[in-house]
Amino acid sequence: MYLRTGLWAAGLGLAVAIAAGPANAQTPKKGGTLIYMIAADSPPSFDGHRETTFATVHATAPFYSVLIRVPPDNPSSTTDFVCDLCTEMPKATDGGKTYAFKIRQDVKWHDGSKLTAADVAESWKRIVFPPQGTTSARVSYYAMVDKIEMPDDQTVTFKLKYPTTAFLPALADPFTYIYKKEILEKDPRWYEKNIMGSGPFKFASYDIGQSIKGVRNPDYYHKGQPYLDGIEGIFADKQSVRVEALRGDRAAIEFRGMPPSARDQLVKEAGKDVAVQDSDWNCGNIVSYNHKRKPFDDVRVRRALSLAVDQWGGAPALSKIATVRTVGGIVFPGSPLAATKEELQQMAGYWPDIEKSRAEARRLLKEAGQENLKFELTNRNVDQPYKFVGTWLIGEWKKIGVTVEQKVVPTGPWFQAMRGGTFDVVVDANCQSVVNPVLDTGKYLPKKVYPESYGDYDDPKSIELYNKMTQETDPAKQRAAMRAYEKHTLDTEAHGIVTPYWYRIVMARSYVKGWKISPSHYLNQDLANVWLDK
Amino acid sequence: MSIITRNESTGALTDDALPRKKTALDAALNFIRRQPLGTAGLVIMILMFVTAALANVLAPFDPEENDFQAMMQAPSWIHLLGTDQMGRDIFSRLVYGARTALLVGFSAAFAGGLIGLVLGVASAYFGGWFDLVFQRILDVLMAFPLIILALAVVSVFGTGVFNVILAITIPLIPRCGRVVRASALAVREIPYVDAARALGFGHSRIVLRHMVPNVVGPFLILLSAFVGQAILAEASLSYLGLGVQEPVPAWGLMLQGGAEEYATTAPWIAIFPGLAIVMAVLGISLFGDALRDAIDPKLRDR
Repeated sequence: MYLRTGLWAAGLGLAVAIAAGPANAQTPKKGGTLIYMIAADSPPSFDGHRETTFATVHATAPFYSVLIRVPPDNPSSTTDFVCDLCTEMPKATDGGKTYAFKIRQDVKWHDGSKLTAADVAESWKRIVFPPQGTTSARVSYYAMVDKIEMPDDQTVTFKLKYPTTAFLPALADPFTYIYKKEILEKDPRWYEKNIMGSGPFKFASYDIGQSIKGVRNPDYYHKGQPYLDGIEGIFADKQSVRVEALRGDRAAIEFRGMPPSARDQLVKEAGKDVAVQDSDWNCGNIVSYNHKRKPFDDVRVRRALSLAVDQWGGAPALSKIATVRTVGGIVFPGSPLAATKEELQQMAGYWPDIEKSRAEARRLLKEAGQENLKFELTNRNVDQPYKFVGTWLIGEWKKIGVTVEQKVVPTGPWFQAMRGGTFDVVVDANCQSVVNPVLDTGKYLPKKVYPESYGDYDDPKSIELYNKMTQETDPAKQRAAMRAYEKHTLDTEAHGIVTPYWYRIVMARSYVKGWKISPSHYLNQDLANVWLDK
Repeated sequence: MSIITRNESTGALTDDALPRKKTALDAALNFIRRQPLGTAGLVIMILMFVTAALANVLAPFDPEENDFQAMMQAPSWIHLLGTDQMGRDIFSRLVYGARTALLVGFSAAFAGGLIGLVLGVASAYFGGWFDLVFQRILDVLMAFPLIILALAVVSVFGTGVFNVILAITIPLIPRCGRVVRASALAVREIPYVDAARALGFGHSRIVLRHMVPNVVGPFLILLSAFVGQAILAEASLSYLGLGVQEPVPAWGLMLQGGAEEYATTAPWIAIFPGLAIVMAVLGISLFGDALRDAIDPKLRDR
């Protein structure tokens, strides 16, 4: 019996080794059409500058170029960035305040005209300084940018107000499509309903709520790419539809992410015909307290609720049923700026001894006169992972005698409740694209400086600590500054609870090659390096 | 024909030969003999009530307590019906879930039925433009299937036990009102209603004291059907994520959490709540049918 098991394991190991060897050396094959599922009903518009949803990126990124990006062959790196339209990554000058990008001269728009530095400069000006009547969703990311200039017809220069490590990651944002200046000048909103870029695929057709199609761009500037003849994205917001499409090989991949149960089911049924890639996800749920409602204005109550939650015990169990896994603080766990486990364990909500933690929680509630605390937890009507996280939290709070009723509402009313402050405690989310801790942690600032922070508290100390961290360019000092800001946010003031970070599981038919997972479902979606091993 | 005899020793008259007056036990035994399926339904309903009332005694575990050491365990002696994805004991959740089902089922059925009863009788009594307008309103409401109207109400008022009761109550009102009105139209023509009016009684007294009691037969039958419908509607709303919310134990919610994702890997998560819903609705329907047969004079002696 043991011998058979051993032989089987050895055989499996050998097979994996054999399979892995040639895979690394495989030469991409050209041709074929990639059919992929988009986990949405349709994008609100095609304009990347305006939208914030992955539905827009998954549908339109293959048609556009960007200035810089995460490396397509190593998108899980949180610190590396490479050129797309520039010729080489610039070194900062002027004390870290000036970045000059040389623009490629071999790039053509899909209409055949030449892409110039003027197009790049104009697109970025509209992203950073949107003219009246247009919307740029990420203006706050570029608060450090003072000027965007075009000193010659091959260069675009960014001048910053202060040096910061947040700039390059912000510049690599996947929504920052380069648009044609001539079109923008005629109609600034043309790109909301139309597509014309310089990316690896040319737009072919779009059926609302059905599919979007593209064909290979023969003039693409990254030579040899794209490998595919065409792409077709199929919209399906129901998970069961997407799983069935993959199971039946009606689609080859779904890029957003699936829950562990879907992975287990597909792997069990399709075996080696499906391949799984997984990664920590730069998204997470945050518990926010309405500081304007009693007793959540009392830090003892907030700390007690943090202390009641067993993050270390809950995360591994939840990872079996929900799209969450890694315990983290306010910084994405894969980043150099993230807290280590030992550092986390110094803060409320992360103590290694959960019984001691809960005893302290009960003491604090008693001290605050809230031993029989009852409240309503507002949550979003989305199973993965919102409702799982909400149900888990309610169970944890019950262990210190707190009674919580979960109020689940659709996405619209969920945002309304958060923005209007009509909640006791809410399961909020913080989902970012490029891992850029300096900007990503702005979510924990007071509402007056970060409108998407819903706790509605005033905390000058928090702003002071954040600004110090943001403008620090020495990595070690910046890390220390980040720890101080984090401790103040999660421990001293206990403004919220960061629940285990999401975990991204991407399923594909095993013939899909070239695409690599990243910590964000927004990244690495131009599909230029994808090929089909058929 | 009865024969009255004299007792030989005491001289007293006895009525031994007279048919014995029926007791409640006789009526119950008669019901059991004539309506075996209805009796089965009644037993299921009684079991549900007992389970709900004694939930804290019968349930071996806290129905809301997550136990990550026992996630998705198959039925065993420790967990009779297995555990769900959060490690919660399914038997305990089913037992407590009976409370939610009965609370929502009976509250919605009684509220919807009573409001429909009063409005239906009033509509028949007043007639004229009131009846015309009221019936057109009922037409509009009845144009929507129960679950669609309940969904609309929940989307306006939100989720939660009270709102679910409200959402199911509203669609039941016109269904009751329409049936009761038909019976009340016949009652309205009976002379005692004219007599009550001639005596100067007010409208509310005539409707509530003289007409409503006379349409109570069909109303009771309708009520039993409504309880089953309401339980099913609650389960449907919870299954769609619009009913009661986690971690409250509710059968439809248990089905929602398990049916889609774990149907193949942990089927007990979906099977047992599904069976509970089927048994409850079946029991109430069987009892309702039997009640109709027992009350309806045309069917009584069949």
